[in-house]
Amino acid sequence: MAKSETNTMEEIGISNDYQYGFHDDVKPTFKSRKGLDEEVINQMCDIKGEPDWMREYRLNAYKIFKQKPMTKWGGDLSQLDFDDIYYYVKASDRSERSWDDVPDDIKKTFDRLGIPEAERKFLAGVGAQYDSEVVYHNIVEELDKIGVVFLDTDTAVKEYPDLVKKYFGTIIPSADNQFAALNSAAWSGGSFVYVPPGVKVEYPLQAYFRINSENMGQFERTLIIADEGSQVHYVEGCTAPTYSSESLHSAVVEIVCMKGSRVRYTTIQNWANNVYNLVTKRAFAYEDAQMEWVDGNLGSKLTMKYPSVYMMEPGARGDILSIAFASKGQHQDAGAKVYHCAPHTTSQITSKSISKDGGRSSYRGWVDVAKGAKGCKSHVVCDALILDKDSRSDTYPVIEIGENDTNIEHEARVSKIGEEQLFYLMSRGLSEEEASTMIVNGFIEPLVKELPMEYAVEMNRLIQLQMEGSVG
Amino acid sequence: MSIDLAIKDLHISVQGKPIIKGLNLTVKQGEIHALMGPNGSGKSTLAKGLMGHPLYDIDSGKVVFSGVDILELEANERARLGLFLAFQYPTAIPGVSLANFLRLAVSAVRAKNGNESDKDGLIPMREFRRELREKMQQLGVDDSFARRYLNDGFSGGEMKRAEILQLAMLEPKIAILDETDSGLDIDAVRIVGESVSQLIGPDLGVLIITHYPRLLDYIRPQFVHVLLDGRIVESGGWELTQLLEAEGYDPIREKHGIKEEQNGEI
Ligand SMILES: Nc1ncnc2c1ncn2[C@@H]1O[C@H](COP(=O)(O)OP(=O)(O)OP(=O)(O)O)[C@@H](O)[C@H]1O
Ligand SMILES: [Mg+2]
Repeated sequence: MAKSETNTMEEIGISNDYQYGFHDDVKPTFKSRKGLDEEVINQMCDIKGEPDWMREYRLNAYKIFKQKPMTKWGGDLSQLDFDDIYYYVKASDRSERSWDDVPDDIKKTFDRLGIPEAERKFLAGVGAQYDSEVVYHNIVEELDKIGVVFLDTDTAVKEYPDLVKKYFGTIIPSADNQFAALNSAAWSGGSFVYVPPGVKVEYPLQAYFRINSENMGQFERTLIIADEGSQVHYVEGCTAPTYSSESLHSAVVEIVCMKGSRVRYTTIQNWANNVYNLVTKRAFAYEDAQMEWVDGNLGSKLTMKYPSVYMMEPGARGDILSIAFASKGQHQDAGAKVYHCAPHTTSQITSKSISKDGGRSSYRGWVDVAKGAKGCKSHVVCDALILDKDSRSDTYPVIEIGENDTNIEHEARVSKIGEEQLFYLMSRGLSEEEASTMIVNGFIEPLVKELPMEYAVEMNRLIQLQMEGSVG
Repeated sequence: MSIDLAIKDLHISVQGKPIIKGLNLTVKQGEIHALMGPNGSGKSTLAKGLMGHPLYDIDSGKVVFSGVDILELEANERARLGLFLAFQYPTAIPGVSLANFLRLAVSAVRAKNGNESDKDGLIPMREFRRELREKMQQLGVDDSFARRYLNDGFSGGEMKRAEILQLAMLEPKIAILDETDSGLDIDAVRIVGESVSQLIGPDLGVLIITHYPRLLDYIRPQFVHVLLDGRIVESGGWELTQLLEAEGYDPIREKHGIKEEQNGEI
């Protein structure tokens, strides 16, 4: 299987020279001053050369942001200072850098994560977020031939203005929440994908996002439009180098799944432990369309993320799989939302969380069935694994049903690593750390097996790193 | 050098309750011992205590294995020295395939012996697969077995076969089989019995805990011991199993003045 995939990637032209961006060795060519206001936004629009409609869109979103009170639910945001963040950093145009320039300790981490290989093999079309700006982008010719557009969103605004204008902000309006408003005002980078009717993209489209600059806000904006009967899998992976002061990442991802289309969006995020990761992700699924979110959250200081699917027409389906790993000093407030707006729609939410070393994970879920949406089905499963007595897990499920003819199931389980399980594995020669890592990996296996192979390997290794030094 | 497991005046208690009360036994590489005793007499307690289960407190006594006092060692260190326990009730590990688990276990146990391993410290995949397939065939288990999650949803018989498969893969020096025959159908007892007897040789010593002589038909023990009231009260040869089969434990209880416990149930 690996072999044939590798061949495919070679045929469509893998980039072998994709390089990492690290926060200490490339000087930004432009950096706005700290904080966000109309002047900074105007400056950003000027440098980007954006059309007027986008400038207005941003300024309007900024007004909304100013009016919104600080978000009070979810996690603790009291340390977050919006004025202490750079909102726009344009990195140098230089996108070529040799692997030799990368510091050894970082190389070692990536080696252990298996990233160099993964990226080299699998980067079919790559949008790599370098600081706020996409400085490296490789659109595979093959994608062009089948009419698929895969661009960074800044470029898409210029090259596909009608398409972008038609959908941008229609799934997640600026006023949706405080962070959506902030993103709408300050966004940079992210991916834009359009898949024409009936086209099935055979391999995952991948983008690596990274934060590199200290105090640098990241506000990617991703928009995916899957036209009728099309199919696409988008993968977003992310590893951030560690640095000292607080950092904010607040992305918006909008997805349109038209009639009969099928979209899967996979994320693995492993932010540095000082990052606020406050993301709004939403998809509209029309008749018989299927939307799947696969979301893995490791790292960060606080993650608030609840991918959602609005099932707009009969036969639509939404699947959300989420894994959260909360370690020391971390709060993963993750979950899922499904809105059954039409009859005969189906959803499935599977959430697995792991809390360790005083980490906290919360499941926040919302299942909504509109009045008259008959014959809907929703199944929610939440499993939490708590590794020690200092750690914590909570669930906050909300179920709003406006229709009697529905079938909704919610199961929640909290478990601890059993002494018997540990002993069993240790009696076979595994150390306590190896044994508990194996149990944790087993716990998330049902989700990991949904990931592309390279990511599954990476996920298992990430867990291994998280578990290191956790016992004894 | 022949290796042995020497247990001297061992006392084990569970949750404050003494179960093993001064037990002496030595099992040498190449020897086959059978341990019999009524339900609740402490056979599994002994087995788990020897393997290093944290819930089973060693109150006093000594256990020396291949020259090392193992009572202070973690279970994995005991395993690496070559001690193995086939569990009476194996634990399920959902999401972990038998093959993945075994590759790590085999690598961990064999690492000590300076065997070849790839950069992750694991034995090479190809070599591991070949060996696993071969041993699964000997045990009459299907190839798909390796991909199943460890003991998760296994039938009683499948669990016991998986234990023996692990025994075969880990190549211990001394193995304790805790009721490996219970829950097996007649054919499975034969397969398990034959596979274990194939493994037995000068390099493997076994302590077989069982209630039925049937398994012992395939693996003839040289020594048979009876556990009552936390101690080995009788040791003998094959004839002892015949006596127990015919008359039960009462004559031995009477002989040693031991009152019957309520089957160990409290
Ligand atoms: N984990 C435990 N917690 C509480 N009591 C235990 C535990 N393990 C063993 N015991 C008690 O210790 C005694 C001996 O149990 P053990 O399992 O060793 O018996 P056994 O000889 O293996 O019995 P069987 O033939 O039924 O397998 C019993 O009274 C049992 O209830
Ligand atoms: Mg027992």
